[in-house]
Amino acid sequence: MVEYQNLFTAVQASGPAEVGIPLRPKDSPRTGKVPAYVHLLGRFGNAQIGPIYLGGLGLASLILGTLAFNIIGLNMLAQVNWDPIQFVRQLFWLSLDPPSPAYGLTVLAPMGEGGWWQIAGLFLTVSVLLWWARIYTRARALGMGTHVAWAFAAAIWLFLVLGFFRPVLMGTWSESVPFGIFPHLDWTAAFSLRYGNLFYNPFHALSIAFLYGSVLLFAMHGATILAVSRYGGDREIEQITDRGTASERAALFWRWTMGFNATMESVHRWAWWFAVLCPLVGGIGILLTGTVVDNWYLWAVKHGVAPSYPAVYPPLVDPATLIQGAK
Amino acid sequence: MAMLSFEKKYRVRGGTLVGGDLFDFWVGPFYVGFFGVTTLFFTVLGTALILWGASQGPTWNLWQINIAPPDLSYGLNLAPLAEGGLWQVITVCALGAFVSWALREAEICRKLGMGYHVPVAFGFAIFAYFTLVVIRPVLLGAWGHGFPYGIFSHLDWVSNVGYQYLHFHYNPAHMLAITFFFTTTLALSMHGALILSATNPAKGELVKTPEHEDTFFRDAIGYSVGSLGIHRLGLFLALAAVFFSAVCIVISGPFWTRSWPEWWGWWLNLPIWAQWPLQ
Repeated sequence: MVEYQNLFTAVQASGPAEVGIPLRPKDSPRTGKVPAYVHLLGRFGNAQIGPIYLGGLGLASLILGTLAFNIIGLNMLAQVNWDPIQFVRQLFWLSLDPPSPAYGLTVLAPMGEGGWWQIAGLFLTVSVLLWWARIYTRARALGMGTHVAWAFAAAIWLFLVLGFFRPVLMGTWSESVPFGIFPHLDWTAAFSLRYGNLFYNPFHALSIAFLYGSVLLFAMHGATILAVSRYGGDREIEQITDRGTASERAALFWRWTMGFNATMESVHRWAWWFAVLCPLVGGIGILLTGTVVDNWYLWAVKHGVAPSYPAVYPPLVDPATLIQGAK
Repeated sequence: MAMLSFEKKYRVRGGTLVGGDLFDFWVGPFYVGFFGVTTLFFTVLGTALILWGASQGPTWNLWQINIAPPDLSYGLNLAPLAEGGLWQVITVCALGAFVSWALREAEICRKLGMGYHVPVAFGFAIFAYFTLVVIRPVLLGAWGHGFPYGIFSHLDWVSNVGYQYLHFHYNPAHMLAITFFFTTTLALSMHGALILSATNPAKGELVKTPEHEDTFFRDAIGYSVGSLGIHRLGLFLALAAVFFSAVCIVISGPFWTRSWPEWWGWWLNLPIWAQWPLQ
């Protein structure tokens, strides 16, 4: 019964460094011509680290991302009177908040009252968009499809909904997410409570189903490939273009288990769509919240999805509707 | 027969764990085996009990059908069928069906000469379910701490149990679980996209190679885990997400009864800085 189960790489072959597919004349040079090797990484995957392609887009993205990161950090440091010990102590609780509702969609609020949040958010957004362009152009430079870039775009959609599209529709930057570890978690909980429990938002439900579905798929796919790696199943491109016994066994395993199977190529289409739909429908759910639907529980009751509970307390007026001055 | 073009030569006898050749056959595309029979038994019985329970309930609205666990006053005893006993029998059926399914997968692995990665991975999911409906209720002393079987009722349960600890996002194991869930999905999108982009290249280009895959990720982030490593990484991330999900709920109640934000007090009160006031 003792037989080989592929968990870790037992014998590591080492040869000349893999320098990568030759660059085009118009490309920048790659950084790190002499790669590093880490034995423990080699137990798990490739031991080689580097080289990396920086390029103009990568450099600009990293500079803007670093700026955003430092603006956030320095604002937090200022909040503890530039005391480095208190900074470390309170780091998880510290926050850089967006402008208050009174500023509406003001282009730039005073720096101490959300202006730094706006600048950090702008830099971070441009940094992310430049990184997207870099992913797209690298794929094209290597003659590959642009699937990675479009999957990344789905994540950027959710990011922009949270910090840009929804705040614009709501008419105030204060609707967006603060920068901070615990503060962004507080924002998430408060958001769900304010709009009648996001569990009743059907797009939130779909997004979670795709999140769990993605984890299920990767567990199934990763486990299946490892289980047929003794037949060369990890060489997926070869198996796609010229089906071998690894693909056949992998397919039959699922066919015999659940009556249905993917192919070596289609399993990656399932993977791509499940992963992409998670932020895609999640973003739709966030965008509709507060703009189209004010209370997801009442929405669910209205559509016969959730049961309505008897009113045991007298009706309560939402105090937010009574304050006319602050919008 | 529902057979793939290459299927016939793989349909050989043997590899069973229990029952010898007795149940070693297929029905349509499905392999049966001894554990196929037990899976079917538990599934049919459990589903029938759910339907019967629904018929005794107030609604046939699919979203609102609910099979609730016993009241807390029953403790760890058996409850009358209509008062949570049904939930108890259905839980036994579910666990029986899940374990049977995993063992049937193991038999299929043996038949196809594959590793046991899939049934072991499924074992993590069964463990998480077992934690929710058996380990935690037993530690808390009542089956009533299990979650109800229903579409929106189980969501309400998650909501309510979460707010019992004030703010569940501060649960450190919950943080880890969510991080692993998001990371798995990120890794899955990148792996799926990478394979599709290599096999569906730009117009007029030939299908690409693993060298292109490695080059793409080294160009992008300076490291490519490789075509074998990504499957180890994906499996590890997914199983870690499931494992820490189980941990985050089993520590809530049996090992921590106050609000989760309070738990972080130990960090603020570390002896290296506890002598100074906050701010």
